Amino acid sequence: MTHPSTTGPAPVLALKDVSKSFGAVRALRDVSLELFPGEVHALAGENGAGKSTLIKTLAGVHRPDAGQVLLDGAPVAFHGPGDARDAGIAVIYQEPTLFPDLSIAENIYMGRQPRRALGRIDHKATHNATAALMERLGVELDPDRPARGLSIADQQIVEIAKALSFDARVLIMDEPTAALTGSEVARLFGVVRTLRHQGAAVLFISHRLEEIFEICRRVTTLRDGAWVASEPLEGMTEDDLVRRMVGRDLDELYPKQEVEPGEVALSVRRLTREGVFTDVSFDVRHGEIVGLAGLVGAGRTEVARAVFGIDRWDAGEVSVHGKALVKGAPSTAMAAGVALVPEDRRAQGLVMDMSIERNIGLTGLRTTVKAGLVDRGAERSRSLDWAVRLQVKYARIADTVNTLSGGNQQKVVLAKWLATGPKVLIVDEPTRGIDVGTKAEVHRLLSQLAADGVAVLMISSDLPEILGMADRVLVMHEGRLTAEIPRTDATEETVMAAATGRAAA
Amino acid sequence: MADISLSRAAGWSGLKRWDSAVGALLVVVLLFSFGFVDGFGNALNLSFLIGNTLPIALIALPMTLLVVSGEIDLSVASTAGLSGAVMGALWNQGMTIEAIIPICLLLGVVCGLVNGLLVTRLGLPSLAVTIGTLAAYRGIAQIVLGSDAVTDFPVQYLDFASGRIGDTFVPYALLPFLVLLTIAVVALHATPFGRSLFAIGANEEAARFAGIRVKRQKLILFTLTGLMASLTGIFWALHYASARYDNATGLELSVVAAVLLGGIDFDGGKGTLGGAIAGVFLLGALQNVMSLQDVSAQSQIVVTGVLLVLSVLGPRVLRQISQARAGRRAASTPTS
Repeated sequence: MTHPSTTGPAPVLALKDVSKSFGAVRALRDVSLELFPGEVHALAGENGAGKSTLIKTLAGVHRPDAGQVLLDGAPVAFHGPGDARDAGIAVIYQEPTLFPDLSIAENIYMGRQPRRALGRIDHKATHNATAALMERLGVELDPDRPARGLSIADQQIVEIAKALSFDARVLIMDEPTAALTGSEVARLFGVVRTLRHQGAAVLFISHRLEEIFEICRRVTTLRDGAWVASEPLEGMTEDDLVRRMVGRDLDELYPKQEVEPGEVALSVRRLTREGVFTDVSFDVRHGEIVGLAGLVGAGRTEVARAVFGIDRWDAGEVSVHGKALVKGAPSTAMAAGVALVPEDRRAQGLVMDMSIERNIGLTGLRTTVKAGLVDRGAERSRSLDWAVRLQVKYARIADTVNTLSGGNQQKVVLAKWLATGPKVLIVDEPTRGIDVGTKAEVHRLLSQLAADGVAVLMISSDLPEILGMADRVLVMHEGRLTAEIPRTDATEETVMAAATGRAAA
Repeated sequence: MADISLSRAAGWSGLKRWDSAVGALLVVVLLFSFGFVDGFGNALNLSFLIGNTLPIALIALPMTLLVVSGEIDLSVASTAGLSGAVMGALWNQGMTIEAIIPICLLLGVVCGLVNGLLVTRLGLPSLAVTIGTLAAYRGIAQIVLGSDAVTDFPVQYLDFASGRIGDTFVPYALLPFLVLLTIAVVALHATPFGRSLFAIGANEEAARFAGIRVKRQKLILFTLTGLMASLTGIFWALHYASARYDNATGLELSVVAAVLLGGIDFDGGKGTLGGAIAGVFLLGALQNVMSLQDVSAQSQIVVTGVLLVLSVLGPRVLRQISQARAGRRAASTPTS
């Protein structure tokens, strides 16, 4: 735990004793960070630790109140993101924003395409320049294909290529792997290693600790806006890092309770939605946590959407306690006791500029009613009750949910559904993008719910989560269930084999 | 009840301030007009002001709900015109007015249902659909009635639609409107149905994931809007004692302008009915004052158009100011 030293090669970009406050809140306090060429450096910390503020300070969005940003050892003042970009600093966000109708090449050279005579765009030169960038990154992407329909992983590659086209020397990657599958992460890491060899400095942010250990050389940890440590990862364990982040020893991350499964709660039989998933059959019993694993695009989310009634199915049957559900009708699924915590909390789980109280209240519009009118008192106590039970951190229950951190937003989504008293709880990526402390809380909650007799179906791309929490693991591959693996036999190898279609299930 | 819901329902300080700003502006305009505009303050003129504003107000009720849910209906004036034209044509055929009115209301329901089905079943944008039916319904009105003007409706109906209670400023027609207003306020701000509209307007997908029957709610709204538009058409023909195919032409502009002026967010999800009605009567008062000052009808339309633009601009400017402030406050709970 030493302050970053200044011996050896000069850092390409550094922060020195930087502080930044918003009103009364000190988002960053005397934070220092050094990024060296050819280094992948991790930035660790819980939600709210100040990672975003730090990134925005490096990217020229925020100006520090005190302290300095040093570029090649000399103090600089960025007056906006453009200044930072011109200085060779690029930020790759978790969800890139490309123009869907433009080609990859056009997206990369937007507004600065090579020109021919009379100002006409030189498509050939644009194409060739893009192809050269892709070759430098070691990926195969057709420069002329439109951005629409690219996976998030491919979109990130395009953003990285764009950054290179600006001669970026520093790449800041803000949770780039949150929405990627295992093989996509591997490819991204390949690209990152290539960049490292070419002398770029990379600042890497991820909630997945194993990724930090895999790709990074050093780590800087923040806690509550304060610098905790900058140190080599070599010799550290995941527990060490977690202790730095949360400032204490963390309780078990996967507190799975052993529960004797009860009778069948949710029964899915030969469910088919043409072109999406085929012939899917499974049961979930009371007291059971069933994991649904597979690669992104295997049809897991789509099965959950169909079961809950968001999408229709073409054939098959879904029943709860032996009673068949109507297809395409979430309200009847809710009435039967099914709840779905969707994968995208911002787009599907919450109305972002509605209050915590009203968001939780949305699932109770039919029940907290007196004489045909919304019973405000009952609505408030229902919302307060669940917000408190799940330990949502908020100032006032009437605050809009977009003022909350990602982990607390996810708790509001859970509260909203637990308030309905579900018998069958489907959670889709319940801990995506939330910090390790909150993650452990969510796991404890799911485990407790199962112990209380709720049937839980958990979709997750986080393999350790599946292995740590599930009594049984169902695996999907290309729209079909390819394996059902009991807890005792479930390992990364058996699940991945089935997920990639290599298993003789 | 109404007071509480009006002030709380916005749940968003910038917009709340816009609501009260419009209410305050209405009071200022009224006080100014009482003091300085000749012929404004007498009971007869005030009853004219209210009577002439009622068509806008009637349609603004369902329009507010529709815009809150993220949709719009621009065919309302044509539905009103069609309703009046059919009323005139059937009256010429010798039917009784008691039989005609239910038929016209039913026609409005059908007009609204057509809009609603095109939007919800085919997934078409309501702006485009209702510009289409704006033209279509008006065209049908002209086919039905041609260039006739039917004026000889029963006297007691004409008196009800244009008269006032004694020498007061209160038109008879204001009373049923107040009943409808109360129903609309309760429906939007106090019932599960109204609550679901805010969720639909703010984030339709999240509303669907919360088990709200989005398409059904929208279909109900379009149908209600058609019904209220035809009621307005009937009122219009009786109020002005003239059923013509071009009755209420351009009224949709006033309704949309008034509703947006009242702080209903064009993108859906935000606003209060109290604000919308303040916007309606602000517009009505301005039009009345302009008429008293002999401002031409064309110039009045220009003013309405400018108000429409300002009312879309205003809340946005307020929001940016309040966000800049909230940005400093929200830092107390940084999101990451």
